[in-house]
Amino acid sequence: MKVMPGYAQQGVAENDSALLSVTDKKRLLREMLYARRFEERCYEAYVERKIGGFLHLYSGEEACAHGVLEAARPGYDYVMTSYRDHIHAIKCGSDPRKVMAELFAKEGGTCKGRGGSMHIFDVEHRFMGGYALVGGPFPLAAGIAKGIKMKGGDEISICFLGDAANNQGTFHESLNMAKVWDLPVLYVCENNLYGIGTRIDRSTAVQDQYKRAAAYDIPATQVDGQDVEVVYAAAKQAIEHVRSGNGPYFLELMTYRYRGHSMSDSNAYRSKDEERSWLKRDPIHILRNRLIDSQDLTLSEFKDMDKAIIEEIENEVIAYAEQSPEPAVEDLEKYVLAENDPYVHGGAS
Amino acid sequence: MSQMMYWEALRRAHDEELSHDPLVIVMGEDIGIAGGTYKATQGLYDKYGPERVIDTPISENGYTGLGIGASFVGVKPIIEIMSVNFAWLATDQIINTAAKVRYMSGGQLEAPVVIRSPGGTAHQLGAQHSARMEKVFMGIAGLRVVTPSNPRQAYGLLKSAVRCADPVFINEHELMYNMKGEVPDEEFFHPLEGSEVVRQGRDLTLFGYNISVHWCLQAAEVLSKEHGIEAEVVDLYALSPLDREGIKASVSRTHKAIIAEEAEAPVGVGAEVMAIFNEECFFELDAPPIRVSAANVPIPYNHKLEKAAIPSARDVIAAALSLFPGKH
Repeated sequence: MKVMPGYAQQGVAENDSALLSVTDKKRLLREMLYARRFEERCYEAYVERKIGGFLHLYSGEEACAHGVLEAARPGYDYVMTSYRDHIHAIKCGSDPRKVMAELFAKEGGTCKGRGGSMHIFDVEHRFMGGYALVGGPFPLAAGIAKGIKMKGGDEISICFLGDAANNQGTFHESLNMAKVWDLPVLYVCENNLYGIGTRIDRSTAVQDQYKRAAAYDIPATQVDGQDVEVVYAAAKQAIEHVRSGNGPYFLELMTYRYRGHSMSDSNAYRSKDEERSWLKRDPIHILRNRLIDSQDLTLSEFKDMDKAIIEEIENEVIAYAEQSPEPAVEDLEKYVLAENDPYVHGGAS
Repeated sequence: MSQMMYWEALRRAHDEELSHDPLVIVMGEDIGIAGGTYKATQGLYDKYGPERVIDTPISENGYTGLGIGASFVGVKPIIEIMSVNFAWLATDQIINTAAKVRYMSGGQLEAPVVIRSPGGTAHQLGAQHSARMEKVFMGIAGLRVVTPSNPRQAYGLLKSAVRCADPVFINEHELMYNMKGEVPDEEFFHPLEGSEVVRQGRDLTLFGYNISVHWCLQAAEVLSKEHGIEAEVVDLYALSPLDREGIKASVSRTHKAIIAEEAEAPVGVGAEVMAIFNEECFFELDAPPIRVSAANVPIPYNHKLEKAAIPSARDVIAAALSLFPGKH
């Protein structure tokens, strides 16, 4: 972990693993494994043409969403992200069956088949959306934070985006406003080193993204995004800062995606050696091995867990998505505008 | 009824809505302490404070997106973009987010923001301060577009836009803020859809919106006094959705039609209204309808060139007379 004097927090000490109980760690391991199997099943469904459009998978980055949201209050805090959004929604409380049904373009999906993979929304669980314009959520998340502040709640707004989004103007405009107005927003940068197919050093002058927050006097930390316990510990401090009314915070998580940017990406821009070196730091394996080392888990227990997850996804998630009906064509124009809004015709006054 | 200026009518609507609902906020460049470039928020910073009457940095896409995000959790932002030319920078958040979020979330989320901005050519402001942008926004599903032509509409449309659950873009005009007109003393909400017959006449219809309504009214007076032609004038204060029924009804009464717009013709309001003539009332027309539009040029700085680029009542009169060959 790198720290920056004046901005970065203290390093996350080794004994921070004590922050999470064994029960929590085992649950997190299961959640991350579930996320991996969910995404890999999406891959298959895409190949089978059950899922259309663009599909961006989160495999390899599981510790980011899980570590941060474990430290937050999922379903209470507001969360938004980019188009790589399935797992964030599920960790916020979305029913995985509805997420899969959305990918299958079904009426039973989170957005009734109108959104798709890049636009999962689940407002009931305060997952405020996946957005497909890189950098689009920066100001939206600041706006949610403005609303929280006006209403006097203690929720926070959490915005997950990739490193490449920081090269958009919205990054600078939003961090500036968030700081000027002291908004309760946590920006989480999932730095997976690539903006689509362009490596960060070829596109970005300052490669340590947390340093860029210093331009707006926003405290920032960079930590290992592959170790969920490290992410959790860093996020806990960051969230406490934001929830206590100290204004925005920027947390950079160093991570890697195993699949291409989207399914239409052959990964030709990076070496197999590089990919292998990151596979050695797999977030699920790191936690699994730690639990095995501490004798809280056996390998066969892990394998059983994996098997049960694969079956659950097949029997419940895929089955639900398959069986859900498609939206009715007669409803094509539904949801464009509000229905029966009285002010359209001059109000009720 | 009271006489008030267009900016005063806007200011009154802002004041009433801020007072009515503590979650109404106003945001924009210089709208707070300075009271707004066109005074639409004068005095409101002192009355409602910096948390609700917010001077923003010059970051149009950023603060528009911030307002949209706030609207997701119940805030009702009125966003003033100082000039519509700057709204080009905010099209990403307006179009990609505000207009689409209800649909792509399957109806879970809405963005009830109001975005007010003056378009139009004022006096020698040059190409980057003279744009007319309503034709861009009126083509976007999920976004309402209205354009007040007088203080009464400025007041009533803003009131309804704030209360409406849809995002509403209000297209104003830099030259109209000091226009005087009557506004009812009691609170009222102007419909966000429809059109208004502002002058009756049997011989032809002059369709206008915002500033071009006034060219049409001037032209109608001249046509009546000097040529014995009685023009109906229809104010298309709602550009999206356009009032197809109102357009059809008027053409069915007069059988001749002109649409006057300050913007360039291609892909414009006039083009859309002409398409409605075709689709709704082609066989009611006794003569080909005419568009009176700006020259298709970036607006020049030179005063003579600027004047030549923008239509006027005179152009509306000339177009009307061409429909009555015997009356020159």
